Amino acid sequence: MTRKALALISGGLDSMLAARVVQEQGVQVEGVNFFTGFCVEGHTHAIRKQSQTRPKRNNALWVAEQLGIKLHIVDVVDEYKDVVLNPKHGYGANLNPCLDCKIFMVGKAVEKVRDWGFDFILTGEVVGQRPMSQRKQTMPVISKESGAEGLLLRPLSALNLPATKPELEGWVDRERLYGFSGRSRKPQIALARRLGIQEWAQPAGGCCFLTDANYTVKLQDLWASRQQRQYELDDILLLKVGRHIRPRPHFKLIVAREEGEGNYLNGYRRMYTYLDSVSHPGPMTLIDGQVDEDDLELAARIVARYSQGRNAGSVEVEVGRPGAPPLRLRVTPFGSEEIPREWML
Amino acid sequence: MTRLAVDARRLLCPLPVIRLQDQVAQLRHGDQVIIIATDPGVKLDIPAWCRVHGHSASLLDETDGEIRFLVTVEAAPNPPKPT
Repeated sequence: MTRKALALISGGLDSMLAARVVQEQGVQVEGVNFFTGFCVEGHTHAIRKQSQTRPKRNNALWVAEQLGIKLHIVDVVDEYKDVVLNPKHGYGANLNPCLDCKIFMVGKAVEKVRDWGFDFILTGEVVGQRPMSQRKQTMPVISKESGAEGLLLRPLSALNLPATKPELEGWVDRERLYGFSGRSRKPQIALARRLGIQEWAQPAGGCCFLTDANYTVKLQDLWASRQQRQYELDDILLLKVGRHIRPRPHFKLIVAREEGEGNYLNGYRRMYTYLDSVSHPGPMTLIDGQVDEDDLELAARIVARYSQGRNAGSVEVEVGRPGAPPLRLRVTPFGSEEIPREWML
Repeated sequence: MTRLAVDARRLLCPLPVIRLQDQVAQLRHGDQVIIIATDPGVKLDIPAWCRVHGHSASLLDETDGEIRFLVTVEAAPNPPKPT
């Protein structure tokens, strides 16, 4: 009887190798990838025009195609909020709840195993690879708290861990699994070569925005300004885009840094107050928060500062508000030293 | 044969793929989906998703930043059903 495994596929090398190792033992593998809204690579890449020299692809899908397996992409944005807002095991260096995140994702995989008729779960975890979620002490915590227990196989690090059900039942041969540990990537790269894998994704800057210090500052600012720790998908997507400038506690500006970001922010014009320099080329800008006339003039002067009219006597800025006809303001751009550093998030 | 439309404009990948996947899961062999999206990433991701699941995708047109694909359901719906 052919056994079926559900592999957590991130798009990186480790999960790709783990799936291939188990495939090589005759197990039928399918992949699952969970979309939380915090992924780095795809979105920044999609938004920013300057990133368009590399192919725009979803790395998890690309990996699935290299392995010849199906990939199920699951939207967990709403359920994931509780992981971000209330992590039982706390945060890492920034707002990254890595251990709770792994427990959550394996837990979701347990549900899929049950619903879709798989025999076990596999991940690309390696003991000692990550300081928070991939340590010898946390591996059993993930297995237990996710509900996976003995159904969770880590093929790259199995020899460092107690045997799991797939090994004990003979669904996979433990002797053909690996005992990788630590942060070195050399064993994985050597295994990739042995398996004939020549190419893999190497996400720049990690894979999750919650590990990013600058992003964390903006997320904490969002919560502070709204006086509640909550977010919607659009909130966390917009934190990835543009300069964020908060001149007053009750509103901030999101100023596009380049054409791709401007096009992206343009899509939000019906939902947010926007400012657009009309007398001189300038960046598309959104306002997050409630503003009065004085606030609008202040915002327009900031937008003018980032326009090509920054040295002109005045700049005309169009202001559009949801449900109201656009109006135009003629303002004096802020000087180079007039935007306080503390306004910049 | 059923033909449905999915509007994934303004959504960033992988959301257009997820919307397509969720729609296809409700369909049968031979049914079709026209998906319209604005994230250029769909030009690689939608054909890739269709290939790994055994469906076919053809680019209909790309106008003013809007990309339209015709997807034909060729295989059993996903996700797999319990055996």
